[in-house]
Amino acid sequence: MTYDLTFAKEVYKNSEEGHWIKMCMQCGVCAGSCPLGFLGAWKYSPRQIFQMVRAGLRDEVLTSSDMWMCTSCYNCIVRCPRNLPITHIIHGLARYASVQGKADPKQPTHQFAKDIFWENIVATGRVGEAALTMKLYFKDGIGEGIKQGLEMKDSALGMLKAKRLKPLPFRGKIKGYPGFKAMLNKAFELENKKEGKA
Amino acid sequence: METKIGCYICTGCGIGEALKVQSLEKIATKEQKIPVVKNHPFLCGDEGVALIRKDMESEGVNALVIVGCSHRVKSESFRLGTALMDRVDIRDKCLWVLDVPEGDKTAAEDRQMMAEDYVRLGCVKVKKMNDPKPFEATTPFSKDVLVVGAGIAGLTAALEVARTGYKVLLVEKEETLGGKVANMHKVSPARPPYNKLEDNPLPKLLAEVKGNSNIRIMNSTVVQKTVGAPGLFDVTLKNGSSTAQERVGSIIIATGYTAYDPNKLEKHLGYGSSPDVITSLEFEEMAKAGKIVRKSDGKPAKRVAFSLCAGQRDSSHLSYCSGACCVYSLKQALYVIENQPDASAYLIYQEVRTPGQMEDFYRKVQNEGGIFIKGDVKQVAANTTGLTLDVDDKLLRQNIKMDVDLLVLATGMETTVDTVDPNSASPVGTQVEELPGSVLNLHYRQGPGLPSLNGPFPDSHFICFPYETRRTGIYVAGPARRPMGIAATRTDAAGAALKAIQVVESVARGAAVHPRAGDLSYPSFREEGCTQCKRCTEECPFGAINEDAKGNPLFNPTRCRRCGTCMGACPQKIISFANYSVDMIGSMLKEVEIPEADEEKPRILVFACENDAIPALDMVGRSRTNPLSPYIRIIPLRCMGSMNLVWIADAMSKGYDGILLMGCRHGTDYQCHNVRGSALAEIRLSKVSETLTRLQLEADRVKMVEVNIMDAETLPQVINNFVAEIKELDPNPYKEF
Amino acid sequence: MKEYSFFPGCSSEHNASAANMETSVRSLCKMLAIQLNEIEDWNCCGASIGYAGGGVIPRLSLSARNFALSKQQQGDKDLVATCAACWLSMRETSERLAHEPEVKAKVNLALKEGGLTYDGGIKTRHLVEVLIEDVGWDTMKAKVTKPLSGLKAAGYVGCQTNRPFGVAGDSFENPQYLDRMIALTGATAIPFAKKVACCGGALMFSEQEKSCQLTRDIIQCAVDGGADCIVTPCPVCQLNLEVYQGKINQLFGTSFNIPILYYSQLMVLSYGGSWTDAALHQQVVPADVMKKFV
Repeated sequence: MTYDLTFAKEVYKNSEEGHWIKMCMQCGVCAGSCPLGFLGAWKYSPRQIFQMVRAGLRDEVLTSSDMWMCTSCYNCIVRCPRNLPITHIIHGLARYASVQGKADPKQPTHQFAKDIFWENIVATGRVGEAALTMKLYFKDGIGEGIKQGLEMKDSALGMLKAKRLKPLPFRGKIKGYPGFKAMLNKAFELENKKEGKA
Repeated sequence: METKIGCYICTGCGIGEALKVQSLEKIATKEQKIPVVKNHPFLCGDEGVALIRKDMESEGVNALVIVGCSHRVKSESFRLGTALMDRVDIRDKCLWVLDVPEGDKTAAEDRQMMAEDYVRLGCVKVKKMNDPKPFEATTPFSKDVLVVGAGIAGLTAALEVARTGYKVLLVEKEETLGGKVANMHKVSPARPPYNKLEDNPLPKLLAEVKGNSNIRIMNSTVVQKTVGAPGLFDVTLKNGSSTAQERVGSIIIATGYTAYDPNKLEKHLGYGSSPDVITSLEFEEMAKAGKIVRKSDGKPAKRVAFSLCAGQRDSSHLSYCSGACCVYSLKQALYVIENQPDASAYLIYQEVRTPGQMEDFYRKVQNEGGIFIKGDVKQVAANTTGLTLDVDDKLLRQNIKMDVDLLVLATGMETTVDTVDPNSASPVGTQVEELPGSVLNLHYRQGPGLPSLNGPFPDSHFICFPYETRRTGIYVAGPARRPMGIAATRTDAAGAALKAIQVVESVARGAAVHPRAGDLSYPSFREEGCTQCKRCTEECPFGAINEDAKGNPLFNPTRCRRCGTCMGACPQKIISFANYSVDMIGSMLKEVEIPEADEEKPRILVFACENDAIPALDMVGRSRTNPLSPYIRIIPLRCMGSMNLVWIADAMSKGYDGILLMGCRHGTDYQCHNVRGSALAEIRLSKVSETLTRLQLEADRVKMVEVNIMDAETLPQVINNFVAEIKELDPNPYKEF
Repeated sequence: MKEYSFFPGCSSEHNASAANMETSVRSLCKMLAIQLNEIEDWNCCGASIGYAGGGVIPRLSLSARNFALSKQQQGDKDLVATCAACWLSMRETSERLAHEPEVKAKVNLALKEGGLTYDGGIKTRHLVEVLIEDVGWDTMKAKVTKPLSGLKAAGYVGCQTNRPFGVAGDSFENPQYLDRMIALTGATAIPFAKKVACCGGALMFSEQEKSCQLTRDIIQCAVDGGADCIVTPCPVCQLNLEVYQGKINQLFGTSFNIPILYYSQLMVLSYGGSWTDAALHQQVVPADVMKKFV
């Protein structure tokens, strides 16, 4: 039956800021404030996602692409009349879907944010924009990468000319990298414990 | 006592610079024959007021024409102990609304003419005033208050009245006191932080009422009939087969509500077909008994669904929202889930309406795990372990099925007050001595119940005077007045208590209650002129006038609000007040100087309601941005209801080119302080075209507009457009005569 | 001389996408006697999409490490950021460490592994806040020697410099500070309905067409309003509006060619700085309209 709170309680406990979901009053201000809502980018607005959590629709929520449509503009946060940290709740649900293995690994934002961007940071301690771009273009294989690269060639050349892009996608690690890496390892150990991941 | 009028002209606020004060004085002295005429540069100051006082003490001046600013300002300064007074406003409504460019002689002359006319109007008005003598009854006034109904509303009202020292007669139809609240387990929070259930307040309240020596309780008693008027109500009370008569000064109706009959609801909600579908009141009794169980098998009910708005906001049942059900359903949800982790409460709602601090209570229930589903229950089926509900879930946009132990229907409230259509009521002589189901059975010309507005609830001027009814001295509190919960009911009852005290004190000294609070005048009539047309008895918005067997009006001055609707209705012009009459306004409008047609200075008479249009005009003056036409002449009326058609004919014969009437909004969103005044004026005006045609004049010369107190910004355009329309017509040919 | 600890962020590195902001900010600070001491060996803040890979503790540890380094190197000096996402990440971390003891304890367990600790106390500020609150409007205005008279600019605040924290006392829906900054340089801030609309942020990488629809609307609004340039405080906004103009033109058949500048570039020019002081040579869409002010 629906409106079983098992999934809701799981989210309240494990997903970042998830406990706020029960306080949503379904007014829809978030939906009307989301920049991608007007482009029809999502099927379910934030408030609908929240109601689905409360209704116990675990698979529908966690496999949804909609949480990954957040641009982090924070419009929903400042407008929510119930003061829910909606942006963070949505980020949390996206992350939770990823951790639970429910998020499509090929979902573009999921893939970019987790596999490309985050790995880029972890690799050296800082973002290497050139490497980031390269990896982004070549995420779907060499052929697709060359095509993408060619499409964006004018932009890339412009950036190179303006000295706002490194000609080569290599960057060194920060000096304190070993400590940095040790910190992240410990942080993940603590994080996994909370998220209930093995 | 001989009337001696003094006219005092203030020359401050720029009046002395803009106007020829000597000419104004001359009008008062020579033309109007006012014996004492003076001017002062700062009349509202101590020295100016002392000047007037001195004349009153040593010169025998006892009536005043104060020429200066609006009567709505400096009223304290000019409270000089005489009711014979007019404040002639040549500042706010003349100086401040006219555009007179430097050196424009014509404009300056127009302004002078307007001011002179206003001085004339003021002088005539005061000359036509008589000193009102307060009404005295032949039998003694009572200051006791009758409270009908001893539920939470009645008990609260009774206690509030009694605590101020007045005697209360508290009548309850049932044997035990307490009403519906007696069966409540807990009540929703009434104090910060508004998130905790509170104990039932009734036992404490009941003890206080029973212990108060000012309260006399009569249980198992109903009101058989009510005769009389505020201060003089003679109420027949019936207990079993015995009756008794009591005199009271005012009445509070606190008879509460009846819950909507759940058997009338659609069959798909399952009431009657499964014992596990119950109403909120039935659930409350379960909770009070400490046994929230499935009625079908007596097992504990751990999954409870609440269907909000059951038979409410629904044109086939109650069209309105009962206002309290969301909050009491939240309360009942807490009975189920608070400290019970294995229990679930489902609230199936349209919108959750939790005004004010109840939003905090809503959050409390969300935080406790209440499950909120926006949608409708479509089907209820019994199964072996309770019920299966089909719900159209409007948020998930799908039909869902859910298993619950109980379904609680939040049905609405219906008032227990009997209402009446004043226009179809029969004369008092034919009214029955006992009318079962009537709360008061009023022996009033306009019927035994209270007039309603747009629905079953008694009309109560919700904007300005929410506790009022259209029967002076009779107040309705709690859900009998409109649907409400316990907290609102207690506030309501306290408000009604204050009104009930106010009216007994006012009538005892012969004074009106609002909107003309303190007015000592009341209508008198010249019996020999009456043609028994019954317009006054039918039209009085407050049902103040009864009829004798022949159809003559029988005035009840303590029911009267002094709006003058009877005076406006009377075709024989035989009804008048000491300080307000058909003759007074008729004489005033005739006193204005009407320029010859070839001067091309039309004159437009503006009748403006004192309650809304006059303050709006004052605000136009104060804003000093939008000038008005210099051709208008404003005469304030105490209510458009007092507008007598003879004035229209008089004004047309006098040679006015147009007449603009500015009354309050009427209809279901009316703002008329006297409820029906502006509506009645509009009806009367619909017949004015006959008069105009008889005079061979265009019907467009008379127009009525609705003016709200907030209309200052748009009002100049309304007035100036009308003046422009009139200018399009030829001058009124009666100017020549 | 006012001294601050400074977190430039990855995009402000040499040869990175906001190198022009970095250069102009350095010039501006010199002119206003503001000394920015860069934290040595800082790491990335995690930006707005760090949540996906980082969750809570790893993500917050990133900024916490920078706080710990700043405290070690600069004591209690306020930590200044110029990038919207950096500032936001650091502010969020500060708030959560201050209000959630459990999170703070875990973050410190992680920091300890890298030989660091952080007990709070460092205030994170955006450079704009420093300019408004510490330098002041009057001083900023008094420095203008070459007013940018006649220049019409669309002040584009964007999202993250404005929400959820924003500049104290300003409005989320219609912030005023950027228009005031434009006005003090002598330029005119045009009425701009898309002032706080979203440019797509990091979704420009993963949802390019959708983001380009957003940026198209923003640029169109500025062009319709007669703007000579769009001015922003945010490096992501700048990048998305400038670098993708070609892509937008290709997708939607527009012919945009409008320079996207930083407030700091306008201020440097109006203070008499050179073309290179303002890093105007580092624009992808050439800022020819500014040449007359040098």
